[in-house]
Amino acid sequence: MLASVSPLELNAIMANATSIDQIGTLERIARIQARSIKGSAKLQGLRMALSMIDLTTLEGKDTPAKVRQLCFKAQHLHDQAANLPTVAAVCVYPTMVGVAKKALGHSGIKVASVSTAFPSGQAPFELKKLDTLYALDNGADEIDMVISRGRFLAGDYQFVYDEIAAIKELCATIRLKVIFETGELDSLDQVRKISDLAISAGADFIKTSTGKIQPAATLPVVLTMLGAIKDHFDKTGQMIGMKPAGGISSSKLALHHLLMVKEVLGEAWLTNEWYRFGASSLANDLLMQYQKQMTGKYQSATYFSID
Amino acid sequence: MSNSTWNLDPSLESAAQVHIKPQYELFIDGKWQAPLSKTYFDSVNPADESHIAKIAWANDSDVDLAVLAARSAYENVWSKLSGAARGKYLFRIARLMQEKAKELAVLETLDGGKPIRESRDIDIPLACNHFFYYAGWADKLQEAFAGQQISALGVAAQIIPWNFPLLMLAWKIAPALACGNTVVLKPAETTSLTALKFAEICQEAGLPAGVVNIVTGYGDTGAALVGHPNVDKIAFTGSTAVGKQIQKACIGTAKKLTLELGGKSANIILEDAPIDQAVEGVINAIFFNQGHVCCAGSRLFVQESIADRVLEKLKFRLQSIYVGHPLDKNTDIGAVNSKKQLETIERYISLGIAEGAEMYQPDCTLPSKGFYCKPTLFTEVAQSARIAQEEIFGPVLTIHTFRTMEEVVQKANNSPYGLAAGVWTSNGARIFGLSQQLQAGVVWANTYNKFDPASPFGGYKESGFGREGGRHGLSAYLKFSN
Repeated sequence: MLASVSPLELNAIMANATSIDQIGTLERIARIQARSIKGSAKLQGLRMALSMIDLTTLEGKDTPAKVRQLCFKAQHLHDQAANLPTVAAVCVYPTMVGVAKKALGHSGIKVASVSTAFPSGQAPFELKKLDTLYALDNGADEIDMVISRGRFLAGDYQFVYDEIAAIKELCATIRLKVIFETGELDSLDQVRKISDLAISAGADFIKTSTGKIQPAATLPVVLTMLGAIKDHFDKTGQMIGMKPAGGISSSKLALHHLLMVKEVLGEAWLTNEWYRFGASSLANDLLMQYQKQMTGKYQSATYFSID
Repeated sequence: MSNSTWNLDPSLESAAQVHIKPQYELFIDGKWQAPLSKTYFDSVNPADESHIAKIAWANDSDVDLAVLAARSAYENVWSKLSGAARGKYLFRIARLMQEKAKELAVLETLDGGKPIRESRDIDIPLACNHFFYYAGWADKLQEAFAGQQISALGVAAQIIPWNFPLLMLAWKIAPALACGNTVVLKPAETTSLTALKFAEICQEAGLPAGVVNIVTGYGDTGAALVGHPNVDKIAFTGSTAVGKQIQKACIGTAKKLTLELGGKSANIILEDAPIDQAVEGVINAIFFNQGHVCCAGSRLFVQESIADRVLEKLKFRLQSIYVGHPLDKNTDIGAVNSKKQLETIERYISLGIAEGAEMYQPDCTLPSKGFYCKPTLFTEVAQSARIAQEEIFGPVLTIHTFRTMEEVVQKANNSPYGLAAGVWTSNGARIFGLSQQLQAGVVWANTYNKFDPASPFGGYKESGFGREGGRHGLSAYLKFSN
């Protein structure tokens, strides 16, 4: 069913988006970063973070061989130590979905495909739909679409809403992550507005960035998006997932993200069903910190495979 | 993978890094002197009720010696130094405090019960900054008061409270010394230790003997100091009741007086406020330092259209406030300073329930020993209820609603106090409109409990008079002759 919205309803959504105070947001984050995550809480947090990773390769030079390597790594990361979970998914371009699907077989690791002319979103609407259908036909388990940032900044909220709703209709039961590319959206107020807009248009997950633009998944942006998810949940009882992507490469930062989720949304969101990290280098750091926590010693980075 | 719970492990700061003597004497004339009273009292750790040290209890004769030492240091040494030379000592003290910041923070937390996060990130850095700030003024006093004839007052008697022990010491001592006065300071009986550590710092800085004297004790020690004929200035921070007694004691004397007293400050959320940041601001306003803050935002006024939402968010936020051991780095609310204060707070909570207000406390377990109080919200509170009128000085918030600007200004000002206020709105014009109408010494906009040495602080009405901090803080310690 295509979600639709009247101009009046859309105006109400945009007008009700609460304003965001930048300084207060930074202070809240400073409080979270002052928390000390040690011992068993750290181990548990590292395991959680690993289970939430969408292991990603999104480059023009990607080849089937490179994607197969990534899929192999995704299935064997957790061999490094006992009791480690697998990553949640592998995230690739639509043309690589078939390759990844085959390589991952019955591992339980999902294949997420970017779509709608990722990363810029600058393509005619019909092509964006074809892009998405191609990924779905090849077996994608999840779709990561980008919004039309230009239209959003120009105030054409109806266009952005309809686009998301149309892609969600194609996805049907397949989960849709909507990428805002917050690095192009100027202010936290805008981040809050697009979060409310995307959620009402049918997003299952909201996602910060493509990884192609800096800054990407900063803590203030993520906190603002979590606020929108919380308000939606309090109002409707419906959970929406969150995926920060880009710029989270250290375990310490990942753990602070998780603590923020716990404090802002609650523990129900601390599973890979509701929270993901879009990252490539984070996995190795998580493994290194995990080994350190288990053995008391740091291993050389050369012991962790890069691909 | 599902995780039913993810709880943080305890992360205790080590108390071993602090050197505490088993017994402390009085610091008079640059030396540790046994009290003529021959009496001592115990300092107790409010986190677990353990004994920390024995502390000298000064009587009239001890106070007399201290004032004499301060007088002599003023006449013979300190008043003869140039402003630049005084500034040099203040800079030296500030740097030494900074070097010992970790030790001071742990000591403050051990003795007073405040979370280590606050003493480490707020109290101690601010105290150091006060010394740095006033050190800079010492040789520029004439520029601060151009065209006026200024001079030091002489001996300043200073009495400070237990909520921010070292910070209040810095607020008092730094401007006094910068302006050329000497000092006799009495810390609160439950929190003497950082003041005594500060005395060691004065010795290490080579501060001339008698310029700073620390006399420890209870209210009788303070009364002796206030009543001493040879002091020129009295600076007091504490309760309004004691402030009134001090003011009476000064009638008919030439003593210059500043009082920084209680408060029942209003924190106002308008319907267009950034709501999540406002909720966070309410938390900081009332639960900072267990609510032992004279300017705590203890009365919350929320515009009716968003009142339910704000209350819902406050209750949820309280679930991730950690109440526990003050030395744990994750603790948000530590121990109440003393058994006596805990009893006061508990009395007010019972009173609130008896008055018919609706109470909410989060579901959290408190340590079995020590003095702890859950963060507490009261709704359905009448403007005339005692919990809405009297200063509780604990983690207790009364929540009220309003409909119009006019109404909230009337309600906020309807208090004998007038120390601080907070305004939360996205509308700049409303910020300026309200801040002009609110009778409060400080109005914070879209923030709360922000302090800076350059910013003056003080109250209206029964919250006191005189300003501390900034250029204004200097005039409390100067004589103006024309």
